[in-house]
Amino acid sequence: MTSIFAADGKQTACTIIEAEPNTVTQVKTLDTDGYTAIQLGFGEKKEKHTTKAELNHFSKAQTTPKKFVKEFRNYSVSKNIGETISLVDLFEEGDQVEIVGTTKGKGFQGVVKRHGFSGVGEATHGQHDRSRAPGSLGGSSYPSRVFKGLRMAGRMGGDRVKVKGLKVVKIFPEKNYILISGSVPGHNGSIVLIQK
Amino acid sequence: MQEAVKYIHEQLTVGKTLPKFKAGDNVTVNYKIVEGGKERIQGFRGDVLKKQGTGATASFTVRKISDGVGVERLFPLLSPNIDSIILNKVGKVRRAKLFYLRERSGKSARIKEKRVK
Repeated sequence: MTSIFAADGKQTACTIIEAEPNTVTQVKTLDTDGYTAIQLGFGEKKEKHTTKAELNHFSKAQTTPKKFVKEFRNYSVSKNIGETISLVDLFEEGDQVEIVGTTKGKGFQGVVKRHGFSGVGEATHGQHDRSRAPGSLGGSSYPSRVFKGLRMAGRMGGDRVKVKGLKVVKIFPEKNYILISGSVPGHNGSIVLIQK
Repeated sequence: MQEAVKYIHEQLTVGKTLPKFKAGDNVTVNYKIVEGGKERIQGFRGDVLKKQGTGATASFTVRKISDGVGVERLFPLLSPNIDSIILNKVGKVRRAKLFYLRERSGKSARIKEKRVK
């Protein structure tokens, strides 16, 4: 992350996204597939790590094997198979975007961190070793069970998350960098989806 | 990823020349203030407590004693609102962060001046 100044001196924290051009690996049409979609590939992959089926699929588009492939149903670009789409041309400074990514894995976490419980909050009045405990799980003889979906400790993070209302602050077309206001899900170097 | 941050910092910091200063120096920061649609420049003179961050995110803290009350102000180094920074005195200090000055007042809060040739 970094930050950028507006003309009036206001500083905005922003995330750098390296948006390399994507290659169209397949165009699905109503006649052949029953629906329309465009399949984009991104990132290079070695040939020895590619299965023969994948290799043939990419060779149809006359490109090298791609690491990540994603299909888009609603699209406005008209590109043929094998052509590249430059992402820095797709977005403009000031655009509102949504970012989809996988959040950082936090491991097994308690209810205070995972669900925002307050904890006990008091160290005195007989409290001991329970400052971050979840408290009661519910009633006793009725309902004689714990309700489904009750918030408890467990694995946190590593979820697919969409962040809305972010803004494209600046674009560096020569290096394919896009600066987006605020933070985006995931660790450094993770892959995100930018939606307009 | 580090390369990307470095590149963007180079792009953002281009064309900015500020005097070199460090913690312990006495500086005057001439800061642009918009008041009722009019812009004027206000000076803030004090000792630099710390400099932190790199590239486009770097900032520094200036502390002064105003009417017997310590006032600290944090400036982003590359803010477009900074009109100029004037280096008044070069201080002789042994630390990079001078937070110990907050507990001191009067004589003991002075910083020795370094004679620059």
